[in-house]
Amino acid sequence: MIDFLQMVLNGIAAGSSYALVGLGMVLIYKASEVPNFVQGEMALLPVFVAFMLLESYGVPPYMAFPITLIFAFFLGCFLEFAILRRAKDPNILGLIIITIGMEMILLGLVSWKFGADQRVMPFPISEYDSIAIGNLFISSLNMLTLVAALFIMLVLFLFFRYSKIGVAMKASQQNETAARLMGIKTKQVRMLTWGISAMVGTVAGLLLAPVIMEPFMMWNPMMKGFAGAVVGGMTSLPGAVIGAYIIGVIENLFGGYVSIEFKSVVAFAVIVLVLCVRPSGLFARHYVKKV
Amino acid sequence: MSVLLEIKNIETYYDLIYAIRGASLTVEERTITAILGNNGAGKSTLLKTVMGLIEDQPDKGTIEFMGTRIDGMDTDKIVRMGITYVPEGREVFPELSVRENLMMGAYTRHNKHEIEEDFQRIFQFFPVLKKRISQWAGTLSGGEQQMLAIGRAMMSRPRLLLLDEPSLGLSPILVKDIFEIIKTINQEGVTILLVEQNARMALSYSNTGLILENGRFVMKGKCCDLMEDKDVREFYMGVRSEASAKGYQRWKRKKAWR
Repeated sequence: MIDFLQMVLNGIAAGSSYALVGLGMVLIYKASEVPNFVQGEMALLPVFVAFMLLESYGVPPYMAFPITLIFAFFLGCFLEFAILRRAKDPNILGLIIITIGMEMILLGLVSWKFGADQRVMPFPISEYDSIAIGNLFISSLNMLTLVAALFIMLVLFLFFRYSKIGVAMKASQQNETAARLMGIKTKQVRMLTWGISAMVGTVAGLLLAPVIMEPFMMWNPMMKGFAGAVVGGMTSLPGAVIGAYIIGVIENLFGGYVSIEFKSVVAFAVIVLVLCVRPSGLFARHYVKKV
Repeated sequence: MSVLLEIKNIETYYDLIYAIRGASLTVEERTITAILGNNGAGKSTLLKTVMGLIEDQPDKGTIEFMGTRIDGMDTDKIVRMGITYVPEGREVFPELSVRENLMMGAYTRHNKHEIEEDFQRIFQFFPVLKKRISQWAGTLSGGEQQMLAIGRAMMSRPRLLLLDEPSLGLSPILVKDIFEIIKTINQEGVTILLVEQNARMALSYSNTGLILENGRFVMKGKCCDLMEDKDVREFYMGVRSEASAKGYQRWKRKKAWR
């Protein structure tokens, strides 16, 4: 029983970082209607910027991380403004190819500047310290990830519920023409969404960096986050979070009881299963327009 | 009376379709102006051109609002200048609550006190919306959605309100209600330019009527005059002219303005 609970706890911890990536993808999917394959690399570059700030310039962490997040925000805005917006009358396939292209560019940029070696992020919290909750143990880094994920979810919830710009974002996603008629600058709103999404993803990246840090570090979490988002229905923020936690927990249980080698494949088996049963995902609400 | 909106010789292309072929129109302050026309005459395109919703259009001609040229401006700037457009087919935000929908209408305004005042006023016009305040707009009935769309437009306190087919898909009794409300809004000082298929209703509530056909205005007049016009009666109100001896009309009347 303790084993089981411990595995579930580890799964939830792992799911937290997937959830952050998944949230970022859903935000962008709702705004630009494209599965954003550059989500991982939008976090990768800021993580290496943080590394550079901490390691080469000796900036203290409490300064370096906020600077990194601001950088991530502008990176996200820049990608939307400079590249995606330039696509004239794009179809969905074209947009996907654009995001994959951006991903290659950012990945290449990081590999070229920092090399493909494994780095060590000088992170203030170690993954080797553990906190005991009864008989269960959770590393303090995992604990931080969990708390950070919950905190960001709460902030996003409040933002979309109560802030004017948050509601305007939802409005632009639901009916862009009508949003423009309200005087909302829908292009700016979309750019802002990319910025926020990049920030959310970067938090996940920063929390993963102490464990593994090399140019391909975001591959696995991005695919898992995407899996979680698809399971959750791709258009629902809570759905993405729950989907990501499901993936994390199932993955850990599978690793513990069945086979550790196939642990990372199981996420995709979950996608297939869920999509067979509910093609639009678990939490997708498709509002049907009344005529 | 001063001229609020002045459209001069505009020409608009919808992709390759030459939709507006040189239309001119002046809207005077505090009036209700109705544009009538068949399907595909270009009525909605005209309003969309005014709002800057069609990219890079109008191709030719100018649009002036209170003496300032607004053709080629971004939609959000036009809205900030005081024009609001209620699109055809009640384009509400389906997954926002009624309250959020109305608040989005006031997106360009900042005075919280005034916004709250207007918010309450909307419920005087449309009491039914108050019952639905926290419901998703997508779950409202068609008529309620139309009321919400008009209410939302009112929340921006426009000088000029453009209405695209406010009666579309509503029951006759609701159509009458909607037009009564439009009249009340007008009496409070909002200038109204509306596009309608329902010619009889539109003409009986407005001051000036225009008839748009194939992208051109073919007729303009005081509404009571248009109501009397034989062509208008036959083609837009379905009133038959005199029957022949056999009791039905065997010939088709030619439109006099062609």
